[in-house]
Amino acid sequence: MEVHGSLNLIGYGLSAIGGGVGVGLVFAAYINGVARQPEAQRVLQPIAFLGLALTEALAILGLVFSFVIGA
Amino acid sequence: MPNDGHLQRGNALIALALPAETENGSFEAPSLEDLHLPNIIPWMGEGAGFSKQMLLVLLSVVLISWFFVAAARRGKLVPGKFQFLGEFGYGFVRNSVGKDVIGERDFKPFVPLLVSLFFFILVNNLFGSIPLIQLPTTSHVGTCYALAGIVYVFWIGLGLRKHGLRYFKVATVPSGVPKAILPLIVLIEIISTFFVRPITHSLRLFATMLSGHLIIALSAAGTAYLFLDADGPLKALGVLTFAGGVGMYLFEILIQVLQAYVFVLLTAIYIQGSLAEDH
Repeated sequence: MEVHGSLNLIGYGLSAIGGGVGVGLVFAAYINGVARQPEAQRVLQPIAFLGLALTEALAILGLVFSFVIGA
Repeated sequence: MPNDGHLQRGNALIALALPAETENGSFEAPSLEDLHLPNIIPWMGEGAGFSKQMLLVLLSVVLISWFFVAAARRGKLVPGKFQFLGEFGYGFVRNSVGKDVIGERDFKPFVPLLVSLFFFILVNNLFGSIPLIQLPTTSHVGTCYALAGIVYVFWIGLGLRKHGLRYFKVATVPSGVPKAILPLIVLIEIISTFFVRPITHSLRLFATMLSGHLIIALSAAGTAYLFLDADGPLKALGVLTFAGGVGMYLFEILIQVLQAYVFVLLTAIYIQGSLAEDH
């Protein structure tokens, strides 16, 4: 069987592992915090989404490089 | 709507699922070229003309201004449906983004910027989930570069106005770091603040919108292929891709709202960073 495509996609898949684990950790901590202290939700929410955004940046760079660096 | 007629490359994943269909009439996944429709009014080279995205940007401006003018006209003490929606959206950005992040003391001048950014991005993202339009403007990277560029110039200008040239020291030299590793930290700070920050700020929005759009296009193309071209029992699998497509469509609405929120939240954090006294 013949498989077409670019190895870049495998690289992107690998880079997404890190982002996935990181986002999971951020939200695990956020849920933990809110479960223990529900009134802290307003304070924790922006921090959680900032953590999401910063962690996600790595996966985004992976996606972009998988397009930019030629097949 | 992508169909299998004008699609170019084969897809390894689908080829695994459809071993009988590799030669003729095989499934071909939608590619990036299929998502960028030809320009409505062509001008000069490719990508320079007046495209559907630009039309949608104009439409979004008209929609947002109409909505807020209609919501703010005849303001009543007990708000009607329209006024409530407008006030709810405005209050959300003002309080949970502006006030909570920038701080009670000096968030007021930035509320108009944050509110207009939020609603512009929200409407342009949601275009991806409105039937017949089905194209998030922000899935074209130029839109996101422009938006993030405005914010980039804005927070650097803000820092310069507040601190003068000392701003670059405030932004890059953290306090309480041992002298030995200070040069390394400063280098990392310069790269991450002034180079990587605007890039990720724009590409985060672009990449999530583009990939969401691609997933929906892929499940639509897969459903069409399985229902129309696949033979016998394979047709039944179309139900699965269709259900998956509907699920992703609903998930995509959540992502579109979330990304508008994240973009504005980061804008507020950058503004707060420019106003802060030390690193």
